[in-house]
Amino acid sequence: MRTASPSPTPPRSPRPNPALWAGVTGLALIALLGVIGPLVWTDTATTLSGAAREGVSAEHWLGTDALGRDVLARTLVATRLTLLMTLAATAIAGTAGILLGTLVWVSGPRVRELGLRLIDVMVSYPALILALVVSAVLGAGPTAAVVSIGLGGCPAFARLTANMAASVAQRDFVSTARLTGVPPHRVLARHLLPNIAGPLIVLLSVAFAQVLTALSGLSFLGLGVQSPEYDWGALLSTGLEALYTNPAEAIGPAVAITVTGVLASFVGDGLAAGSDPRGGPVATAAARPAEHPGPSGRAPENALLIVDGLSVERPDGTRLVDGVSFHVMPGEIVGLVGESGSGKSLTAMTVARLLPDGLTSHAARLTLDDLDLDARRVDAARLATEVGIVFQDPSASFNPALRIGGQLTEVLRTHQGVSRAQARAEAIEALEKVRILNPEAVARQYPHELSGGMRQRAMIASAVLPGPKLIVADEPTTALDVTVQAEVLDLLRETNRRRGTGMLFISHDIGVVSTLCHRIVVMYAGRVVEELSARDLRAGRARHPYTKALLAAAPRLADHEDDALDEAGRRRPLATIAGRPPAAAERPAGCAFAARCPLVHQRCTHELPVPREGVACHAVASSTLAATARDDA
Amino acid sequence: MTATPVHAPVPGARKGTDPRRSAPRHGLALGPWGTFLLRRLAGLVAVATTLVVVTFLIVQLIPGDPARVLAGADASPADIERLRGRLGLDQTLSARFADYAGGLLHGDLGLSFQTREPVADIIATRLPFTAELALLAVLVVLLVAVPLGLAIAVRGSRRTDTAFTFTTSLVGATPEYVIGTLLVLVLAVVLGAFPAAGAETLASLVLPVAAIALPGSCVMARIVRREAASVLAQDYMRTARGRRLPPLTLYTRHALPNLLTAALTLGGLILASLLGGTVIVESVFAWPGMGQRVVEAILARDYPVIQGCVLVLGLLAALLNLVVDVVLALLDPRTLAGKGGH
Repeated sequence: MRTASPSPTPPRSPRPNPALWAGVTGLALIALLGVIGPLVWTDTATTLSGAAREGVSAEHWLGTDALGRDVLARTLVATRLTLLMTLAATAIAGTAGILLGTLVWVSGPRVRELGLRLIDVMVSYPALILALVVSAVLGAGPTAAVVSIGLGGCPAFARLTANMAASVAQRDFVSTARLTGVPPHRVLARHLLPNIAGPLIVLLSVAFAQVLTALSGLSFLGLGVQSPEYDWGALLSTGLEALYTNPAEAIGPAVAITVTGVLASFVGDGLAAGSDPRGGPVATAAARPAEHPGPSGRAPENALLIVDGLSVERPDGTRLVDGVSFHVMPGEIVGLVGESGSGKSLTAMTVARLLPDGLTSHAARLTLDDLDLDARRVDAARLATEVGIVFQDPSASFNPALRIGGQLTEVLRTHQGVSRAQARAEAIEALEKVRILNPEAVARQYPHELSGGMRQRAMIASAVLPGPKLIVADEPTTALDVTVQAEVLDLLRETNRRRGTGMLFISHDIGVVSTLCHRIVVMYAGRVVEELSARDLRAGRARHPYTKALLAAAPRLADHEDDALDEAGRRRPLATIAGRPPAAAERPAGCAFAARCPLVHQRCTHELPVPREGVACHAVASSTLAATARDDA
Repeated sequence: MTATPVHAPVPGARKGTDPRRSAPRHGLALGPWGTFLLRRLAGLVAVATTLVVVTFLIVQLIPGDPARVLAGADASPADIERLRGRLGLDQTLSARFADYAGGLLHGDLGLSFQTREPVADIIATRLPFTAELALLAVLVVLLVAVPLGLAIAVRGSRRTDTAFTFTTSLVGATPEYVIGTLLVLVLAVVLGAFPAAGAETLASLVLPVAAIALPGSCVMARIVRREAASVLAQDYMRTARGRRLPPLTLYTRHALPNLLTAALTLGGLILASLLGGTVIVESVFAWPGMGQRVVEAILARDYPVIQGCVLVLGLLAALLNLVVDVVLALLDPRTLAGKGGH
């Protein structure tokens, strides 16, 4: 897919969905037919023209039935009865189902448990067979058909509603409402129903399609509408009898049922796609020639990881990461720090070759030792063993269906040819090293049986196990409790010391970074703005105004600093950085931080600052220049 | 996937760790699987009991005087009285229920009003035909929908995705009896490739199974595709990709269990509804199963046959659901801990 114009695509908004429009328009036309059909064609539909079961002709487009009546006219007339019955049955299924499904969630725990069980039992019973029961009781006929299909559809409706209500009912505001004694019917009306209204409409339109076919099915079986009345199902049933002699007779009602059902499901799908952010096709990457900054050649040749002039782009050409260069020496921990949206995680994922679909990366150089990470194909075994990855959210990063041990040993088994028993022993040892008690038992457990801290330690064990040269840790402590954070940082530090593993540590927390890392790379709006040693950072020698602002906003580091206290010895309030980083598509030509910078001057807004002595800032550069000039004078 | 009960306490392992994490949460001696199966069996008994009550109520709930309704318009008062006696309507409700349930326990489902045949015999001859259709349809749906949905989610370009969505919407919304009719028209009437009706040969299975399974497969394939897209976007799939596993391992070992869990949770409904499709499709193909018989019975108001067929069809559905639940528990260890983990 090549984008036609370079103009940025607007953020996803409710786009006109062709299926939805086709569905709505089509159903409106069919509804119109339902209104006017019986008025216009009733005479034709009941006239006995003489020729019975006559094939397709100019006079009778779909032929005639056994009594010589025009099938097309009968199909059109049947629209009204079919639609009315479908609407009535949908209303029964919807009302009963929604009430049942939401009521269980506003009632007490015992009633709820019982209600959910009951719904489950009812769902386990095919709707059609339940409908047969009602038909058996009430006798065959349209009323029985409507009631039976309505009741038959109710359990499925109740279950889906209950599922949706469950997610809402367990949110805090509903619990609060319940605990503070808001009566159930008000909880239902004010909190539950409005929050599931969208999905319910989707469900209703899907149910309409299903009810239509189920009702026609009953009529088809002879249990629905009885002669001389007729709906599409009854017409199809009589048409089927003459299938060998006059196939056209079955076509009209079959098409009518199918088309209406499809249109209704289009509406349902369209509405569902509109409410589901996951929906919609994923744009694929554009092959787009772009100019890239040349190699900066600053990294020492013996560096473990060299990232030089790295850019990451969206398919529309928007640069999310722009010309990032840094390196990691063997045994060094380098911190990549910045606000969310600064491109630090994308940079890390590019290094790990795990960019999300649709994003493309380019680099003048991207190497781990002698392994070219920017090549089109990289040896999977080397990649898997040489780069260990610790992800942000340990509860989501383990596969819930597989045991911990099996997940830990995958790289060893797949890429290093280690035997099952040996891999298992190594995994247990690795778990032990990350201070997991009882590692044999944990290896046999599933992720959900472990606490968050244990999972993250197991994740570190998993990253360390193949003996990687580099560990990429993407916000590994963000999702954890403060007490557990310290443990995890200790483990990473220990791994680095014991095995000399280089590390790329990504965090938005400059305090954490400054305690763990040897060197810090500060990113802002997709670019590196400053690079400095942890010692300089801790000694307050950060120079870029953004780095200073981050420091001022970080509680833990500032606590140890003298300047956290004002003249009277009181702790200063934490600073916040006013404003937001610019969106990737709206980055200015000049310094991206200019709009939020206290030191901004004219040059900043139109000229991109180039990194000089580790800082990319006009203000810093000119003050250094001035200082040098003063010293010279 | 191994399914061995793994949570037996490790000797000496209990101390020092949180007992919640190393020991089973439910059941002291049973382990999670024992508890799970016991629970499901209890559920099955509950369903069976409900079915017995519901089928009993079919006759009791007939509006007006069931005997008068059943005897027909031109029945004499003596006929009605005789029928009343035969239905046991002169006894109390509880006595009638005891009679009905007691008969069931002995395998006595009563006699058909129409043919005077024992209902148990009717079911014994008809059930295998229906079970055959329904189980084959379930199998076809799973074998078609899961690979198709996964393949589209993994490989789908925009164009194949549109074609997939369009086709599955169209076929999925087409009722079984319409598909059946069209299949008969094209493959039996015009081409003569398959028998249009009956159950004499193996070939006569093809069209009915196709008619039941086609719409089901489409609906299921869409569920699978959607769930696959969401599974593939999960963090743990990124972790697995980070391990640079071969695609086959990635999709079968890492994606499939989670995908099936999600798809079966929703798709269980579809599998049960296939049984309903079977009932209808039997009429299209003159298939000598229970569905066709129960429709005949409803039209003829032959209540013992209705009761028996509905009971057995319901049990069949419940069994199908039990199988789905067990498969789910095998796939996702979390479901063992408690239903849905509310």
